[in-house]
Amino acid sequence: MTERLVTLNDVSVRFDGPPVVDRINLTVNRGDIVTIIGPNGAGKTTLIKAVLGIQKVSSGDIWRQPGARIGYVPQHLILQPTLPLSVRRFLMLTGEPESACREALAQTGVAHLFGASVHHLSGGEKQRLLIARALARKPDLLVLDEPAQGVDINGQAALYELIRGLRDRLNCGVIMISHDLHLVMAATDRVICLNQHVCCSGHPADISTDPAFIETFGQRVAESLAVYHHHHNHQHNLHGDVVGAAGDSAGHEDCDHHGVH
Amino acid sequence: MAFIDSVLGDFFWRALIGGLGVALVAGPLGCFVVWRRMAYFGDTLAHSALLGIALGFLLQLPLNLTIAGTCVALALILVVLARSRTLATDTLLGILAHSALAIGLVTLSFMPEVRVDLSGYLFGDLLAMSRDDLAWIYGGAAVILALLFKLWRGLLMATIHEELARVEGFPVERLRLLLMLMFSLVIAVAMKIVGVLLITALLIIPAATARRLARTPEHMVLLAVVLGMVSVAGGLSLSWYGDSPAGPSVVVTAFGLFLLVYGMVRRPHS
Repeated sequence: MTERLVTLNDVSVRFDGPPVVDRINLTVNRGDIVTIIGPNGAGKTTLIKAVLGIQKVSSGDIWRQPGARIGYVPQHLILQPTLPLSVRRFLMLTGEPESACREALAQTGVAHLFGASVHHLSGGEKQRLLIARALARKPDLLVLDEPAQGVDINGQAALYELIRGLRDRLNCGVIMISHDLHLVMAATDRVICLNQHVCCSGHPADISTDPAFIETFGQRVAESLAVYHHHHNHQHNLHGDVVGAAGDSAGHEDCDHHGVH
Repeated sequence: MAFIDSVLGDFFWRALIGGLGVALVAGPLGCFVVWRRMAYFGDTLAHSALLGIALGFLLQLPLNLTIAGTCVALALILVVLARSRTLATDTLLGILAHSALAIGLVTLSFMPEVRVDLSGYLFGDLLAMSRDDLAWIYGGAAVILALLFKLWRGLLMATIHEELARVEGFPVERLRLLLMLMFSLVIAVAMKIVGVLLITALLIIPAATARRLARTPEHMVLLAVVLGMVSVAGGLSLSWYGDSPAGPSVVVTAFGLFLLVYGMVRRPHS
């Protein structure tokens, strides 16, 4: 049974001049992972801000499931160095009890940071903290704006893996923006290619052959995407080391991006 | 009662009690000034206080009322003008700060029958604190502390990440407006002690000193209050025994504490 979380009907946003987001129709159901891709300036962030309700729409309407909680993972966490802030305090600002905050942090794999200062975190740790903060509020819909920005390539794959795992565990809907075409493909059910309007959408495997996709991203990207279907048989920890390989370490060799650590 | 009366009858004690009340609210609000980079904004409101004084004499209204009123009006004008984005905020603040100060000075000069001790308003005056002022300070402090306590999570969240706060349902715009109104109130009461030109220092220096020692926002607020109180007590004593102007003495003491802490504590904890 599908349960609708949010539906956009003909939503447009314009500031001055042509629409930044042009007549978008979009539905996210519980359990869906929808990824929005598109070139710079395609209106991706504006679109999800409309979904979040922090960007007024110029026309069209947005339906949200009454009572649905939205967890937001913003693109950056830029902190004023003048504001002392511990991970614990930042999580507790959700108003959730400490046990829920600890658990959320554990779910994102950085439980050991609970007592640390937010100012000392690396890019990847900050992203995981932001995700944990969204999780602590037990969201029905998780909205992520380029969650893997500023994270190294191994960390990115792990991060998308994490997001998919969270969807499975929490049974929430996920809508995210990504630039990392390759990495995101494995962890998404539906891709929406945005360039002001929706130029194409569908299952990741199909979309790379879509003429509209090729037109937007170019032949080269589309082709490289089509051949990129290699499977990970191991995982990385935060330092990029291989952990928990499915077979022995020899299974690692067919994966070409581990040459340098 | 006789004891309280004799204490309040002494202008030094009145100034001290008033100053401690100001430090009580200058601590938390000063932290917000530091966190939100609003130092110039505080300066602008403080400068407009002089215009409030001039208006008070002109309209023959209580000065506390016209000072607070002018600060509130200027804060609202700033919110509206900042939204229109025709000028950069710091340019706007620069124009309004000094125009308000200049208009205030010019207006006062047109009223020769009014004898004002200008330096008292600019730099603070130990003798200026009346019992009415004390009522203003503690009444204002009670309102501000109650508001801060009630709105704390939203104010802090909006300071850390405005969009995140908005998604989580905090009324970010209204909170910002309330914060500005609280600044107006604290400036109206603080100018008696430290004067128009030095109010921002009383807000910023204790908060900045506290930053070096604090691990959480709340910790920083408490430390800023304590440091502000020590600065007020030290500064007023200096003013009393050394016959130095009150405001500058308080600021010098606060700065001394700042140097001491930054000299002794090498790195911030967090």
